[in-house]
Amino acid sequence: MKEILADLDRWRAAGRRIVVARVVDIEGSGPRLPGAAMAVSEDGEVAGSVSGGCVEGAVVAEALDILATGDRRLVTFGYSDDEAFAVGLTCGGTVHLFLEPLDW
Amino acid sequence: METSIFSRWHRAVDEHRPVAIATVIAAEPGGPAVGAKILVGDEIDPMGSLGDADLDRVVIRDAIGELAGGRTGVRHYGPHGEAREESVSVFIESFAPPPQMLIFGAVDFTGALVRVAKVLGYRVTVCDAREVFATTRRFPQADEVVVDWPHRLLERVGDRLGPRDAVCVLTHDHKFDIPAIMAALATGVGYLGAMGSRRTNAERLDRLAEAGADMAAVQQRLNAPIGLDLGGRTPEETAIAICAEIIAARTGRPAASLSSTEGPIH
Repeated sequence: MKEILADLDRWRAAGRRIVVARVVDIEGSGPRLPGAAMAVSEDGEVAGSVSGGCVEGAVVAEALDILATGDRRLVTFGYSDDEAFAVGLTCGGTVHLFLEPLDW
Repeated sequence: METSIFSRWHRAVDEHRPVAIATVIAAEPGGPAVGAKILVGDEIDPMGSLGDADLDRVVIRDAIGELAGGRTGVRHYGPHGEAREESVSVFIESFAPPPQMLIFGAVDFTGALVRVAKVLGYRVTVCDAREVFATTRRFPQADEVVVDWPHRLLERVGDRLGPRDAVCVLTHDHKFDIPAIMAALATGVGYLGAMGSRRTNAERLDRLAEAGADMAAVQQRLNAPIGLDLGGRTPEETAIAICAEIIAARTGRPAASLSSTEGPIH
C-alpha cells in the first residue's frame, strides 16, 4: 500500500471515493506477495497491481461494485475456481484479495 | 478531529517507522465486523479495536510479533482471540522502513548506483570525505550526502544496519577502503561489496590482512570485485550488476538465466 500512497493522497485531496484491494494470501505460483495493493478511484483511475496483469480488470469491476454497495469482501481468483470466477491467473496459482472502501 | 488509522499509518510510513495494520477480513456472524482494524508500531500506542477486548489483546500481541519479524499474512482466531479456532480471519500487514544503502565514494558510478537503488526502494546515503565531490547537486536522488570519512559515518550509524541493508565501497582508494571495510565488517549489514580491478582487489586483501582484519569474515562477507559478471561497462550497467548481486545474495540463488534452469521461479 506504500507504493500507491502518492495516488491515494492525490485522490483523497480531490475528495474522490476509493476502494483498496490487497493480496492477503496466495497458493502456488503467484507474481505478487501478500501485501501487494491496488486502488481504484470512483472515476475509474487505477494505481498499483495485485498480479502480473491477469486479474486487474476483474478487480476494477469488483471495486466499482463495492463503491456502489459499500461492502467489504474477500475475492479469490485462481485456476481451481468454478465458472463463477472465470478469471484466472495464467501461472496456475490462486490469489486471495480483500477489497474495501478506503473509509478508515 | 480524531486521527484516522489511515492518517496515523501514513505518518508512520512518512517517518520511516515500522508499523503494522491488522484487518478483520472474514468472521462468522456474531464475531467482529469485517474491516475492523488495529494499528501497532514502534513507539506508537495501539490504535483501533476489533470490538472485543480479549481479541484486541491477542491481535495486538501477534501484530507486534509479526512486525518485528517483518511478516505479512493471515492469522485465525476465535471470537475472543482463542487460539486453534478459525472463525475470525485477520490479515496482518507489516510495513517495514525502507532498507538502507550506504555508498562510499562520490564517483561516476555512484550516481548510477543511487538511481538504481532508488528504483529498488532503498534509502540511499552517499558518503565521501572530499567535499567538492560529495554534493547534493551531483547526487540529487540520494536521500543524504555526507562529507566525512566512511568509517566515521559507520561508527555513527553502523549499529542501525541489518540483514536488508547494503554497503557499497566504490572509492578505489585503499586509504578510504580499508577502514571502511573493517568498520562495515563490524556491523550486521547484509551485503558488503567493494569495487576495483582484480589487481586492486588483490592489493586490498593484502592490506586488510595487514590491518588485522578477520580474513575468514572477509572471505565470507566481502563481495569484491563487486557485482555479478554481466560484462557491462557503463556506470548504469555496473549499477545493475551490483544490485543484481545484492538480490541474489539475499535469495541465495546462483543468478543464472531461468531459461537454463528448472524448478520454481519464486
